[in-house]
Amino acid sequence: MSELSFEDVTVRFGRLTAVDGVNLTVPDGTVVGLVGESGSGKSTLARAAVGLIRPSGGRILLDGRPLPRKTRPLQMVFQDPYSSLDPRMTVGDSVAEAIPRGAAAGRAARRAEVTRLLELVDLPPDRAGLYPVQLSGGQRQRVALARALAGRPEVIIADEITSALDVSIQGTVLNLVRDLQRRLRLSMLFISHNLAVVRYVSDIIAVMYLGRIVECGPADDVLLDPQHPYTRELLAAIPGTDAPVEAAVADTEPADPHHPPAGCRFHPRCPIGPLVHPDRRACLEIEPVAAGHRNGAACHFAADIVVRTDRHQPV
Amino acid sequence: MRSRWGSVLRTPVGVSAAALLAAVLLLAVLAPLVWSAEADAIDTGSILRGSSAEHSMGTDNLGRDIFARVMVATRLSVVLALVATSIGVLAGLVLGTAPLVLGARAGRIVTAAVNIAVAFPGLLLALFFAVIFGVGATGALLAIGFAIAPGFARLTQTLVARVAGLDFVAAARLAGVGRARLIVRHILPNIGEPLMVNATIAAGNTLLAFAGLSFLGLGVQPPAYDWGRLLGDGLGGIYIHPAAALAPGVAVVVAGLAFNLFGEAMAKGIGRQTAAVPVRRWRRPAATPVQRVPGPDAVLAVEGLRVSFPGPVTPVRGVGFTVRRGEAVGIVGESGSGKTLTALAIARLIEEPGEVSADRLQFLGKDLRIGSGPALRRLLGTSLAMVFQDPTTSFNPTRRMGRQLAEVAEVHQGLGRRPALARAVDRLRAVRIPAAERRARQFPHEFSGGMRQRAMIGMGLMGTPALIVADEPTTALDVTVQKQVLRLLERIRADDSVAILLISHDIAVVREVCDRVLVMYAGRIVEELPAADMHRLARHPYTRALLAAVPDMTTDRDRPLAAIPGRPADPTRLPVGCAFAPRCPLADEQCVREDPPLVADVLGHRVACWHADLVVGEPR
Repeated sequence: MSELSFEDVTVRFGRLTAVDGVNLTVPDGTVVGLVGESGSGKSTLARAAVGLIRPSGGRILLDGRPLPRKTRPLQMVFQDPYSSLDPRMTVGDSVAEAIPRGAAAGRAARRAEVTRLLELVDLPPDRAGLYPVQLSGGQRQRVALARALAGRPEVIIADEITSALDVSIQGTVLNLVRDLQRRLRLSMLFISHNLAVVRYVSDIIAVMYLGRIVECGPADDVLLDPQHPYTRELLAAIPGTDAPVEAAVADTEPADPHHPPAGCRFHPRCPIGPLVHPDRRACLEIEPVAAGHRNGAACHFAADIVVRTDRHQPV
Repeated sequence: MRSRWGSVLRTPVGVSAAALLAAVLLLAVLAPLVWSAEADAIDTGSILRGSSAEHSMGTDNLGRDIFARVMVATRLSVVLALVATSIGVLAGLVLGTAPLVLGARAGRIVTAAVNIAVAFPGLLLALFFAVIFGVGATGALLAIGFAIAPGFARLTQTLVARVAGLDFVAAARLAGVGRARLIVRHILPNIGEPLMVNATIAAGNTLLAFAGLSFLGLGVQPPAYDWGRLLGDGLGGIYIHPAAALAPGVAVVVAGLAFNLFGEAMAKGIGRQTAAVPVRRWRRPAATPVQRVPGPDAVLAVEGLRVSFPGPVTPVRGVGFTVRRGEAVGIVGESGSGKTLTALAIARLIEEPGEVSADRLQFLGKDLRIGSGPALRRLLGTSLAMVFQDPTTSFNPTRRMGRQLAEVAEVHQGLGRRPALARAVDRLRAVRIPAAERRARQFPHEFSGGMRQRAMIGMGLMGTPALIVADEPTTALDVTVQKQVLRLLERIRADDSVAILLISHDIAVVREVCDRVLVMYAGRIVEELPAADMHRLARHPYTRALLAAVPDMTTDRDRPLAAIPGRPADPTRLPVGCAFAPRCPLADEQCVREDPPLVADVLGHRVACWHADLVVGEPR
């Protein structure tokens, strides 16, 4: 059992609240995809989970208990494989460094473990002696994966792991991630701005907007029957989708995380909010809650959304 | 690593500096063994003599040979300089890495202390320490050492801050690496080179500073002597026998030069990290089989476009296509496919040492290959608009947006200041920037990324463009903003029948906007096909693999994505035959031997593959 849960987690940097009271659960052995635009706080949430940032409030629990300090059951794979490997260390050393002391004692045992890990990510073990510059982006990302797996984690946090890769390489890395997750029964928080990529790997999809989770549910439910207008906007923004656009909000600006709007944070862009329906004052003043809505949609008028399922079948 | 030091030694300055430094260091080791007796031999018979056959540099007030003394002094001078530098570097390293070890709060105090120390003049600090530690070699040593420490501490802090922010340090932390090991294994190796360069240069300066302190009587005390001391002793009689003062002076200059020059050569060698491009045999361009005459409505006609750089590398190898009025054409390719260089070549933005050649490069009927006069500049300035990937760097951060747009109209259309600004506001409105008057008075940093990109398009609309070349215009933007920018491009195209050349790595984006798609691989167009029906019509194995490898909203989630084996072609190491052959499932001997030509079918659909027909017949 390894279930990662965020309970009311808040992260502040000075006056900026990057993550604001997030509740999210990554159930055992499932992949939770986290989508949202830049500045929505997805990466901050990831860094808080692995302990690189200390949350200002709330708790991050593994199986209901606070994260242990000694062992490292959470590991992270970073976006840019060009900066996530030490250029002065061979990839074998980078992987070996992440093997816990107790796991493999002695030189030979560690070398054998490195070989096992590299084979796990489909890299020939003889690559262990190479430096990162001698590898391609996809190969580096495999090494980064091997390093994350070295600590025998129960949960992997993958932060935009394919967005720095060439399109022809992306597919193989996604295949590998999915394959490893299933084989090792890992729980995974998979962060990406690309809905198609998230859809491909995730069982559950959570949508983040300005530091809040605005919708979260099984992947098919969220994609085929989105409850929050922002989720709908994200789906409509996928190239090749021809959804009609509400003129009043067609060219609105993305919100500034430094000055989040009052009430519902999405209201200045919302196609079913006060810009389109002037009588909807609640959006301006009252912060919507997730409870009581399908997919936990944080929207006062979630039920008003017309379901559009014509486009994305079959899933 | 080794090759980099090798490259330092290959430059003339590097070689001479290294030889000089080696000589100085060798002298420091050997001189006392050879000349010690002579240097200390007191000869009351020949006091304060000028140069003679016996004493080439004369003698001092006890009749000791000055040349021998200068030679022997090498050791003390160099050792003192090196020890002081080591003290400075070590203290600097400790102070510089302290913020990382101590954590945020204590680190801030250390940083503040270092900042104050840096602002304090070094010489004053040295004099201050000399008073504390007392006059003498030890005092001077510590004084100079600690005087250069704050500079190193600052340098170390800056370098550490840069490296510590990189993901591999975060990854090492997650792996459970302790702070001490983090510094030793991950941080120091990655900041070592600039530190060594600076330490070497500092050693030269320290040598000089020591000579100065000894000269003033604050450094080495008799009976010990270094070059500064000898210089001070000899200076009294400089008009009588100048050699006594000049000899140690020359020694200081030579040794100082050796350190400084070597440091500079190292800095240059290490700074030039870009890998040398392996030399490749220059191949003649393959003749383009389809030479088509552009129709009368062609906005842009390109044939046999090549871009090469010294090396030689040719990242664009014979690209040809036409863009008609009001048409949207997309170029899709991976990094290194030459798509961006193609765009830059069309806009004549390839700079030295890059070289552009083409069989045809016509824009609105004008040949872009010849001339660079004001007429051509005006044509490009008003009729061709460029939109780049990163909207943060495409504007001058110190000028107001309105003025930056207005400049285009002032330069190219001869408008006055006021009408130009009015037009700028109008164009900002045209690209749907809310409150355009107010926004025109703002600076680029006050615009969001999407708004900047729209302003960039607005800048292109200051003239009456016939073609907008957009190079990855939405890659840095969020999907919702991307949609806005793409919608804007489409609207402009529809309203004024402006042609669009959209360059992207994202097939979905290109398919949304464009009529036709050019697929580039390794500097060539490998396929040209209608955008609407790519999945059905794609014939080149690369195009098909790309389409299958990228998940979209209809991908079957239970099946693995199609994988393209291998890595993108390296423009510096292209094979003789088809560049895609090493990754292609259909490749055979012919593919390895010969590069397939780009052949058009009756519908104008072009493909460069020996097995294009085979692919068509095959079910996916």
